[in-house]
Amino acid sequence: MSEHQDTVALQHQFDDAEQQFEASALGMWAFLITEIMFFGGLFTLFLVYVSAYAQGFAEGSRHLDLTLGAVNTVVLIGSSLTMAMAVWSAQVGRRTPLLLFLALTMLLGLAFLGIKVVEYTHKFDQHLVPGPGFRLESPVANHVQLFFSFYFAMTGMHALHMVVGVGLLGVLLVQAWRGSYSAEYFNPVEISGLYWHFVDIVWIFLFPLLYLVARHT
Amino acid sequence: MIGHRVAPAVYVRVFLALLLLTGLTILAGFFDLGGGRLHYANAIVALTIAVTKATLVVLYFMHVRWSSRLTWVFVGAGVFWLLILIGLTLSDVYTRPWIPALPPWGISPQ
Amino acid sequence: MSTVAFERKVNYLNVDHRVRSWLLTTDHKRIGILYLLAISVFFVVGAVSAAIIRLSLFTPEGALLHGQAYNKMFSLHGITMIFFFLIPSIPAVLGNFLLPLMIGARDVAFPRLNLMSWYVFVLGGTFTLIAATTGGVDTGWTFYAPYSSIYSNTNVTLTAVGVFITGFSSILTGLNFLVTIHKLRAPGLTWSRLPLFVWAHYATSLIMILGTPVVAMAILLVGLERVLHIGIFDPALGGDPILFQHLFWFYSHPAVYIMILPSMGVVSELIACFSRKRIFGYEFVAASSLAIAVIGFLVWGHHMFVSGQSVYAGLIFSLLSYLVAIPSAIKVFNWTATMYRGSVAYHAPLLYALGFIGLFTIGGLTGLFLANLGTDVHLTDTYFVVAHFHYIMVGGAITGFMGGLHFWWPKITGRLYPEVWSRAAALLLFVGFNLTFFPQFILGYNGMLRRTYTYPPEFQVLNVMSTAGASILAAGYLIPVIYLLWSLRYGQAAGPNPWEAAGLEWTTPSPPPASNFDKTPVVTHEAYAYEEAPLPGVPEVGRV
Repeated sequence: MSEHQDTVALQHQFDDAEQQFEASALGMWAFLITEIMFFGGLFTLFLVYVSAYAQGFAEGSRHLDLTLGAVNTVVLIGSSLTMAMAVWSAQVGRRTPLLLFLALTMLLGLAFLGIKVVEYTHKFDQHLVPGPGFRLESPVANHVQLFFSFYFAMTGMHALHMVVGVGLLGVLLVQAWRGSYSAEYFNPVEISGLYWHFVDIVWIFLFPLLYLVARHT
Repeated sequence: MIGHRVAPAVYVRVFLALLLLTGLTILAGFFDLGGGRLHYANAIVALTIAVTKATLVVLYFMHVRWSSRLTWVFVGAGVFWLLILIGLTLSDVYTRPWIPALPPWGISPQ
Repeated sequence: MSTVAFERKVNYLNVDHRVRSWLLTTDHKRIGILYLLAISVFFVVGAVSAAIIRLSLFTPEGALLHGQAYNKMFSLHGITMIFFFLIPSIPAVLGNFLLPLMIGARDVAFPRLNLMSWYVFVLGGTFTLIAATTGGVDTGWTFYAPYSSIYSNTNVTLTAVGVFITGFSSILTGLNFLVTIHKLRAPGLTWSRLPLFVWAHYATSLIMILGTPVVAMAILLVGLERVLHIGIFDPALGGDPILFQHLFWFYSHPAVYIMILPSMGVVSELIACFSRKRIFGYEFVAASSLAIAVIGFLVWGHHMFVSGQSVYAGLIFSLLSYLVAIPSAIKVFNWTATMYRGSVAYHAPLLYALGFIGLFTIGGLTGLFLANLGTDVHLTDTYFVVAHFHYIMVGGAITGFMGGLHFWWPKITGRLYPEVWSRAAALLLFVGFNLTFFPQFILGYNGMLRRTYTYPPEFQVLNVMSTAGASILAAGYLIPVIYLLWSLRYGQAAGPNPWEAAGLEWTTPSPPPASNFDKTPVVTHEAYAYEEAPLPGVPEVGRV
């Protein structure tokens, strides 16, 4: 354990570090509930449309690059592993593994975002971005455009949350480098971990709903 | 020791399970498992796998397996409320065609 | 009244006079005051727009505003009053100030998040005011698609951004309250000893975090459709505008419970104190708050009976809407039973509480007319609906807010306000309110439509009556502002407990010190131990 850490940062409203830790985690869970409902609204609408316009949505889904989607899924699941390991490192007070795993998680997150940029660029080139530039020869072109509205809204929202997550990781890295965390105090790492895993879970649902709608037809 | 300490080996096992399930869901996507026009069976399989993966992440990566009952209530409440939103909204959309006399504007799954 | 000299003790107000100590405060009490200032600004905007509307409706042709201008005015009124006044009001002002005190804590769980929620509120409000002053919106506060997403050429996007941002303020407040109540209760303060004000805010916080994100998504999608042409509600592509309404009302119905539950919590405190009795059926009143919060999420479709929603779904929503009335009724019965054989003192706070009970009952009962599928077909989008929700929101929520403001004013400011003026104002408000809104029930029942700038000439008498009542209502709000501000300078010094009320907040000096309690209290008694004399923990003070 490094000599350079601060003493346990105990805020005045808490009686002890344990209470502060539990309160922080509970607060993050409350926030994650709001995220469940936020994405949930979008998922609800998607479920309505995918059942009403099955053909159009299947066609839209087939335009997505399954390989890139699958790679991204593996990348994100891997980043959840490294994030969990980062929290573990903080918990046992090991600074170097903590820095390593935080950096790895950040890298994997950036890789995910990079692949998304590639995918979005493809869609732009294929004139599949909703709006006046949308062009497709298909009897259900309107429904395919709806599909892509969802594709961009859902993956866009998700990507935005990834960006925030990567930003959080950056802050954590700097703090960890400065020795702000110890086995007695690593609340920010813990709650950032919860956030990161949640964003992973959103993708776990996005992937099959968007990429696997009708691969067999 | 603040919080519950989990052995890294557990995390690795969960990670491998998640990879396996991901492969499974991709594989299943290539087969028509039946269920009529909407391919209900495919949808159910995909969602079941997704829910399983999410559960693993929640229980192990997010430590809920060792968390307080209060945390369980929070997580459960979030999921339950999502189901309320989805359920009641779909109950509108799916029951609209039950009155054939009304003009079929808006969405109604045929 | 015993002459308690105004001691120049250090309290949360005078501990630091610099502006930056206010703008960077993490003290929940100061943040409550900051919110009071902010929502007062929006109340003025909302009230002025209401005045303009009522003046315009003085004549059947529309005396002041026509067409889009009128639409913008009622949109402004609804948006400012709902999102920027009613939803924050009691939780952000009284809740922030009192919750930690009531549970014996030094602050909320996340004080910095608390401050951030205020800045977020101000930011969202600023966006909305800029949108309002550069053209406003004409969609109504309900932003229905596809008008809001495609066809309206007003400042929808900017307003949507403002409301979206403000939603986070609500979420952060609710999040803070939930964790605070779970984690920071003083030793001995079990759930069954919590003041009902705390129970009410717990239930409100549940709604805030479970509902707000859904309307955030609805608003976001409207914004995306306007800016990026992501046309999820566009009928030309096969989109369904009714889905917008589902997402919108999923929050906006529970939102009305965000607005009323804290007020009910206030009323419980007032009834108990001014009847000198414990609340009858405490467990039922506490449980009813939770029941309202939960069932309130299952009824949103009653705003959509004529929208094209499935009749079968309408049936389910109608039945559940009847159910949600039951816990509200339980509260009213328990308050009444509390007052029975109580030692009742008719101070201003109690007058407001009594006004609440009467007006809320009327508002609630007329809600049942609207919950009924058959009658709703005739009453929807008429002034009957307008009257219904104003009885609940103004007659209920705002009246409760006024009562709470008066009750805890001595604690917050250390000053007493003039008793006679306060009682007169409460009565004036009650008279003015009924004169304003009761005629609207009749107007609606007879078919006058809402959100229109003209009406058939036979409705003029009732409209004039309503406008006249509005002027009296305005006086009813203005007079307390005057004497409350007056009291800050010239009011008599309040001791720690001028009402001899039960509750941990009354064991602190008025105003309280920055850290609330010198020593964390240990609770050994139930919430309203009025029948035990002397009141545990209450220092000896004279009555007002």
